[in-house]
Amino acid sequence: MPLTPEALLARLREAIGEDLVKAVLALGEVTLEVAPENWLATCTRLRDQAGLSFDTLIDLCGVDYSAYREDSWEGRRFAVVIHLLSVKRNHRVRLRTFCADDDLPLVDSLVNVWPAANWFEREAFDLYGIVFAGHPDLRRLLTDYGFIGHPFRKDFPLSGHVEMRYDPDMRRVIYQPVTVEPREVTPRILREKNYGDTDVENGRG
Amino acid sequence: MAEIRNYTLNFGPQHPAAHGVLRLVLELDGEVIERADPHIGLLHRATEKLAEHKTFLQSVPYMDRLDYVSMMCNEHAYCMAIEKLLQLSVPQRAQYIRVMFDEITRILNHLLWLGAHALDIGAMTVFLYAFREREDLMDVYEAVSGARMHAAYYRPGGVYRDLPERMPRYSAQHSRSAATLAEMNANRQGSVLDFIEDFTERFPRYVDEYETLLTDNRIWKQRTVGIGVLDPERAKALGCTGPMLRGSGVAWDLRKHQPYAAYADMDFEIPVGRNGDCYDRYLVRMEEMRQSNRIVRQCVAWLKENPGPVITDNHKVAPPSREAMKTNMEELIHHFKLFTEGMHVPEGEAYAAVEHPKGEFGIYLVSDGANKPYRLKIRAPGFAHLAAMDEMARGHMIADAVAIIGTMDIVFGEIDR
Repeated sequence: MPLTPEALLARLREAIGEDLVKAVLALGEVTLEVAPENWLATCTRLRDQAGLSFDTLIDLCGVDYSAYREDSWEGRRFAVVIHLLSVKRNHRVRLRTFCADDDLPLVDSLVNVWPAANWFEREAFDLYGIVFAGHPDLRRLLTDYGFIGHPFRKDFPLSGHVEMRYDPDMRRVIYQPVTVEPREVTPRILREKNYGDTDVENGRG
Repeated sequence: MAEIRNYTLNFGPQHPAAHGVLRLVLELDGEVIERADPHIGLLHRATEKLAEHKTFLQSVPYMDRLDYVSMMCNEHAYCMAIEKLLQLSVPQRAQYIRVMFDEITRILNHLLWLGAHALDIGAMTVFLYAFREREDLMDVYEAVSGARMHAAYYRPGGVYRDLPERMPRYSAQHSRSAATLAEMNANRQGSVLDFIEDFTERFPRYVDEYETLLTDNRIWKQRTVGIGVLDPERAKALGCTGPMLRGSGVAWDLRKHQPYAAYADMDFEIPVGRNGDCYDRYLVRMEEMRQSNRIVRQCVAWLKENPGPVITDNHKVAPPSREAMKTNMEELIHHFKLFTEGMHVPEGEAYAAVEHPKGEFGIYLVSDGANKPYRLKIRAPGFAHLAAMDEMARGHMIADAVAIIGTMDIVFGEIDR
């Protein structure tokens, strides 16, 4: 039988101890936050501790919090979020760390803990510019060869900076500044807390 | 003695065995692979970034285009993530319809995988057989959603509409005699459920046919037995899920271990392999098709007995009926707000995973309370599998690279996103 989220959280608190910055239990999911300097040690402990044995790294991704709730975010900007799964014990946990420096987000690589982290970290580096210290081969993964910038950052426009076309005079494909205008059909709307006092659960407005 | 140097070979991105747009840089010592470096991203469309600029509902069709051979399973994970954040309950009939279509999708996916994998290794016939059955299942897709592939049928809160009472039929043509037409339409006289039931009766025999062609085929075995062996601990460390993990003998299936939708009520087995090679993964997937067929049959029986709503009546999430919208002011407002501004999902984060035909497909959704996701991360099973390519291919011959790509069941829509 898998552990209840509450029991899992208690066990995780015990395992991580002092290094735990924040722990949240919401929607049946456990979310932990640790400082970037304890990132590698915490992950190794979660993998090796017998009662936890998180043997699979399901996902690793970067998040850019700079535009969260209409730019009212006050914490640090870049976070790395991992989702862990224990096939052996059938439970999951989410772990987050905020990179200390917004200009050079740096966090330890998990390649030596779970080899699956290799490509996920390359992807986070490519899309967010998060640097993983100790990664053996931190190249871009998804974007074009020679791409400039980190496209999933919130300050990178959806339409990008350059576009490609074939130039008949030069007889090759060239890059030029984008000619399309960014267009937003549905604006992003953020309602104030308790807007209209709606009862969303029962569909009554 | 002459100096021996490694030879670098570009495989793809236009090679038919590369399953789409994979560029594989192979470092070879003679015909033996020393290192395999897959270059991906040639199909990168930034689905996750696009989703940040669309309302929650507008992103549903993008999900179809991720893994474009198992469309509805992708939608399922996305809808589950939204429903989790909204803490919304889905009607039971919708849950059963979702399970049924998840399994139909699994059969669709495995049929394409089987045909393409066999074709890569040199068996032409299976491909043609597999597409015969896919045709029937595509017709089912079309009957419920109007689209043969990119269905957008699952919606947050349920499925878009109930199963039609009438299965579409072939129409008369110059080239068809009345007798041929009657024969083609013979199993299309009833409802969609009757047609699916008829299919499930025929399908086990079809799987036997494929097995006759391949399972004891000497060439097939020579190409797959002992190729790309993954031991269970290593498979877990590499992030393998689904048939890739089960082929190595780990009985792990989200449908059983972390049941979602109506899987807790279903009776089915988890097939596992023993050696973790391409042949065992083939056997696992063949058995999965039989098990999926079993689940579909259970769903059909249940759905025939139990009518009911198929989408939530919370009109902040799902649209009201046309009739209500035309006669009731409040429903008109709901309809207008839902399709212009879209729904607002409470602040928070959620991860929802389904047992996709290829492995664990997960959606990590961060919402800041707006009408659009703040961050959407798609966890594609093929991404982790392809990352393991280097390790699996090392020491194999160049021809085995094709077998290994085939056994991973990779589709670039989901890997590049």
